[in-house]
Order: sequence, then C-alpha cells, then structure tokens
Amino acid sequence: MKAPMKAIINVYLKEGVLDPQGKAAHHALGSLGFDTVTDVRIGKQIVLTLDATDHDHAEKEIKEMTETLLANTVIEDYTIEIVG
Amino acid sequence: MKTLNVTILQFPGTNCEYDTVYAFKRLGHHTEIVWHKEESIPADTDLVVVPGGFSYGDYLRSGSIARFSPVMKAVTAYANQGGYVLGICNGFQILTEAGLLPGALKRNTHLHFISKIQHLVVVNTDNAFLNQWTPGEVLRVPVAHADGNYFIDEAGLAELEQHGQILLRYSDAEGTPTALNGSVEQIAGICNRARNVFGLMPHPERAMESILGSDDGVRMLQGFATAKGTPSA
Repeated sequence: MKAPMKAIINVYLKEGVLDPQGKAAHHALGSLGFDTVTDVRIGKQIVLTLDATDHDHAEKEIKEMTETLLANTVIEDYTIEIVG
Repeated sequence: MKTLNVTILQFPGTNCEYDTVYAFKRLGHHTEIVWHKEESIPADTDLVVVPGGFSYGDYLRSGSIARFSPVMKAVTAYANQGGYVLGICNGFQILTEAGLLPGALKRNTHLHFISKIQHLVVVNTDNAFLNQWTPGEVLRVPVAHADGNYFIDEAGLAELEQHGQILLRYSDAEGTPTALNGSVEQIAGICNRARNVFGLMPHPERAMESILGSDDGVRMLQGFATAKGTPSA
C-alpha cells in the first residue's frame, strides 16, 4: 500500500516583523559563545496527513487551509512541501 | 442614559466573562452570556463583548480558533450592520484574527506575561467607547497578557492615524507614550474605520472600583450607554 500523502507546512514571522522568541534565543546563543550566529527566526512546523491522491488538488486545498487558519498572513509567511 | 442589553461571548478557555457581567451590571445594564456554539445572538443586543481569557488554550495563535466558532458568524453579521462590538484582551486577539479589526497581536517583546496596572493615554474620543474622555487624559487600567504586541504594517498604520482609529496608547503617569510590550506606536486599543468595532488589550472590566486600584473602567464602559445612536440590531 502506498504511504499516505503528507504536507509539511512551515510557518514563520515575515521578514521585517520582529521575532521576540528568535531574538531571545539569538541572545542566549551569543551568551554561550556561539558568536557566528547572525540571526535566529523561530517558527512552527505543521504536518498534515491527507487522504488524497491528486497532488495538484491537494496543494490547492492545503494553501487554502494555511491562509484561512494555519498562518496569519498579516504577520506570517509559510512554505508548503508535499511528500508522497 | 440608555440601559443596554450586553451580550457576552463565552468560548472554552474564556475566563473574564463573569467579571464583564459584574462590570456591566454594576453600571445598571442587562447582560447575557452566550456560549460559542450558538449560531445567533439575542435580537435586542446593543453591544457584544468578546471577553478576555485563553480561548482554546491559545493553541496555534491566540484567538485563531475561536474566530471560527459558530457564534462568530452572527457577531460578524451584527458588526457589518453597524452593531457595537468590544473585544478585550483575548477578545481583541479574536477580532483581529476574524478580520473585524486590522493588524495582529504577537508575543510581547521580552516574552514576559505582563500583569499590572498600566497608565494609558487617551488618543481619540470621537467614538462610542471613549466619548466620556478627553484626548490626552491619562487613565489607569490593569493589563494581563503575553501576546499584546500589536503589529500593523506601515500602510495600515498610516490608515489608522488618518482615520483616527488609534484610541489608546500605553504611557507613563504624565501621558507620554511609553513602550510596554513592543506594540507599534505603543498602541493599546483601536477601532475599525466604521467606528463600531473596538479592541484593546487592557481590562476596563477590572477597573470598576477605586478601592481595588482604579474605577476608570466605569467611564470607559459607560460610553456605550451615552453614545449617540446606539444601534439595536
């Protein structure tokens, strides 16, 4: 049996929108001596398992899910990767 | 002064609904709590309040799931007809997620949950909410939030300023705007362009008695009762 289709959605704050969590982690990394880090952005990864076979249709639907609920496009950008 | 029928929404995780009931009853108004699964709100509603709390545990983003509750369709229709809607704290987050107010609320700059009595300076009073105040007046109202960092892009900010939609800013005791949580322009509260939907992070319903620190919430919430043309849907 074929593995089910999965969608990996990465959501992160837009460039130019201050990421307070990233900034705090960046500061902590600096305190630990990791001084090569020039920026830290923290986002979230959402993994959907889908009962679908049509890749194009699924992609369209996932985009709609992301823009409606999973990301707030006022402050966030996202990427979608479909596996399987 | 008009006696208002105030409809107060309740989501799983809402925790300020009874404070809000108390506040409006103290001002002599009628209140009704409406569970989020309801598909309608009372027909005689004069004001909908989306109270504070942690609807759906703040999962995904604060307010992001509550905005799809059945009752929000009725609230959106009510707002689109000109009905007054007030979102306090998590309610403000829900109204931005629902697109009833512009912008978004992010994690506070220093990542702290900020809980204290905060000075606010009144910016705009040409609205149903703050009509009993004067621009420049300073009030003291509790804040209690982790995601109160108001963000709006430059074009959106220019629009807010142009249409007098910025209502309150975080300030010091003298009324000089002061950073609290990283909000753009120290914004603490706004309204929509039609001036019938209001959102703020501070809690006026917790500022109802001077013996408990402040009664500035009285003059805020009572504004809806004295506003001209308070609509009844």
